Amino acid sequence: MADALLSVQNLSVDFHTVRGTVHAVRNVSWSINRGETLAVLGESGSGKSVSASAVMNILDIPPAQIVGGEILFEGKNLLAMSNEQRRAINGKRIAMIFQDPLSHLNPVYPVGWQISEMMTAHGRPADEARARTLELLGRVGIPEPENAVRKYPHQFSGGQRQRLMIAMALALKPDILIADEPTTALDVTIQADVLALLKELQAETGMGLVLITHDLGVVAEIADRVVVMSNGEIVEQGSVRDVYHAPQHPYTQKLIAAAPGKGDIRILAPDLPVLLEARKLCKVYGRFTALQDVSITLARGQSLAVVGESGSGKSTLARSILRLEEADSGEAFWKGQDLLKMSHRELLGVRRQIQMVFQDPTQSLNPRMSVYQLISEGWDIHNLVPDRAQRQQRVRELLEQVGLSAEHATRYPHQFSGGQRQRIAIARALALEPELIICDEAVSALDVSIQAQVIALLDDLRQRLGISFLFIAHDLGVVRDFADTVIVMKSGEIVERGPTEQIFSAPSHPYTQRLLAAALDPDPDVQAKRRIALAQA
Amino acid sequence: MTKLISQRAIASLLSLLGLLVLVFFLSRLTGDPAALFLPIDATEEMKAQFRAINGLDLPLIEQFGRYVWDFIHLDFGESLRKARPAIDVVLEAYAWTFPLALITMALVIVASIVLGALAAFNVGGFFDRLVSIVSLIGASAPDFWIAIVAIVIFSINLAWLPTSGVGTPWHWIMPIGVLFIRPFGLIVQVVRGSMLAALTAPYVKTARAKGVRNLPIIFVHTLRNAMLPVITVIGDQAAAMLNGAVIVETIFGFPGIGKLMIDSILQRDFNVVLAAIMVTAIAIFLMNILIDIAYGLLDPRIRH
Repeated sequence: MADALLSVQNLSVDFHTVRGTVHAVRNVSWSINRGETLAVLGESGSGKSVSASAVMNILDIPPAQIVGGEILFEGKNLLAMSNEQRRAINGKRIAMIFQDPLSHLNPVYPVGWQISEMMTAHGRPADEARARTLELLGRVGIPEPENAVRKYPHQFSGGQRQRLMIAMALALKPDILIADEPTTALDVTIQADVLALLKELQAETGMGLVLITHDLGVVAEIADRVVVMSNGEIVEQGSVRDVYHAPQHPYTQKLIAAAPGKGDIRILAPDLPVLLEARKLCKVYGRFTALQDVSITLARGQSLAVVGESGSGKSTLARSILRLEEADSGEAFWKGQDLLKMSHRELLGVRRQIQMVFQDPTQSLNPRMSVYQLISEGWDIHNLVPDRAQRQQRVRELLEQVGLSAEHATRYPHQFSGGQRQRIAIARALALEPELIICDEAVSALDVSIQAQVIALLDDLRQRLGISFLFIAHDLGVVRDFADTVIVMKSGEIVERGPTEQIFSAPSHPYTQRLLAAALDPDPDVQAKRRIALAQA
Repeated sequence: MTKLISQRAIASLLSLLGLLVLVFFLSRLTGDPAALFLPIDATEEMKAQFRAINGLDLPLIEQFGRYVWDFIHLDFGESLRKARPAIDVVLEAYAWTFPLALITMALVIVASIVLGALAAFNVGGFFDRLVSIVSLIGASAPDFWIAIVAIVIFSINLAWLPTSGVGTPWHWIMPIGVLFIRPFGLIVQVVRGSMLAALTAPYVKTARAKGVRNLPIIFVHTLRNAMLPVITVIGDQAAAMLNGAVIVETIFGFPGIGKLMIDSILQRDFNVVLAAIMVTAIAIFLMNILIDIAYGLLDPRIRH
């Protein structure tokens, strides 16, 4: 370990907050050499990014404080170096890329300038930097590099932005690249492309890759070794195969068990009454076609998953059905009534029966309303449950139904974790006793173990209360576990539909096949086989 | 971008038209203009004669037509006090106020951006506290008091600078210095606040991970992003200055638009007041268009 190129040894970092000191990481040690890929796996709040930030000297000090340990690079302790010495290493010897490339690229400068700056900041002449920038853009697959250098970050797609970040990070051929959740914000096929690019570039340059992720699939696809973190400590480390097949620590076992896509596939009961039917819905924004002749049928108690990448029209479909957005043409029927021709008064009644749960509960719950207010607000709108004592009783019941407790009613959203907030959002939806809940990426922002709990909760509600679900998701594992029918959307059109079993075992449309092939399996052996199959194909 | 600016220009023109109507009705309909324009002891014949000369006996709509026509030709009538076209008197005063405002704002912008940005980078440190205290005092000290104290110290006690008037570069120092203080205090605070927010932005992390030095991180990466709210305040302060620094110009006997306006109001030189209002309005509208252009130049997301 001591002779590794980069090694973090017994690092402990505290965060001083108004509520007291938080031990963000405790005695964390890992090391990496050139050519290796190390994954740091953990859920949100596990401290998985903290040690990498300490390596890059980008921890905010204060509130952070390094209370112990060393970071050795070529045997020298980075923490004992001057800021100028560390600056000279950053970017040149150790580079980093981040989760959200849109906010991590400077919005007001052209991308070419930003990539060149990586080189000029380390003393390379400007003309050499410009030439190398063009070469790098070509290498990471950005079309028309000569034009691209003059464009700004917002003019690229998410996947292209991450390629730009990679081009920037690799400009000076660093020995080590730290990638913090590099593909989390990307669609599954683009994630596969970006991971493939990282692997290629690693093979070319021989750099060491430290990959910080929450995704077992990403670990299985790319890493040699894995470090599992929980609550600021390393609970387990070893080769990816050993850790996956024989996890020692209970946390790792729980994490692997929670990975979606391993349960039984649901079989749809036949001949259920139709609840919602949409025919040939179309919606165009300017020159962009969001929906093109989309038709769906949803039966009572059924869960219909809508799968597709960003911009495929999934959310527009949900919004058009709820008339949060008016479709340009087409029809939609709710229990036989024409939804799109309803008056606002009639619509109000239907909206009570159709509730929505959004992706990010941090944004969808008003931070200035207590849980009680959030859950009971719908009753004011629809003139339900007028009695105060009865209201309090119902809120208590609802909170218990979603796995929270009665005393949570007086608290505010920020006092809860992400998973708990999503439970509050579900309780809010249930308060109006809906017959259909539309989940728009409702579990995408949640950690895997919490995702599994929320899915189990939704499943339980479906079985006990007979609620139907329109389940919008991009995560195929989750869809496989929860849906009984799947439709696949691409560019505003439905390209394939069928029972979950059929979609997953025998996808007929090439796009569905591509989606399924790009989805990463948490099992490293399965991923290895897929890679070989892909290479042969 | 061109579309944005032309939209703003049209909006400005409409506002100007509104102002034109407002000024017309306020000056004609709130009472007899002859009573407003002429001294209190004017006879009825003098008033009748005045109305005939100025077309005030014509129907209202015709008066408005003449008024707009004259405005288009920048004809606001004669200055009663100086017996010259009012517009000439106003433009002459602007020739003093404009450089005063320009030099002061340029100094304010440079000083407050540099100091505010450095204070934000060094948040909580000695320099930050110093800048915060100085700017707070600057933003809250009354300018007439500072002006008088400055005259006492620099003109009377030290005898370094002239007390008032114009003529040499030395005459400019105290008006600029006193005008500088308040907008400086305000804009430093805005720059500091905006920079503090921008310094926590993810792209700053990227720059540090790239090994960019601190000065380019502050002045290249962060500042340009932090400038948008600052520009709004700069525009507001510059508009106040174009309006004429009434108090400062009066105390220092500086022949600018502010002093002219006060003098004209006191001396009932109504045509000059009207001309000054309209010219100031045009200057402020033009400056707002410049501000919009600055937004577009700073942020490509607005441009596209």
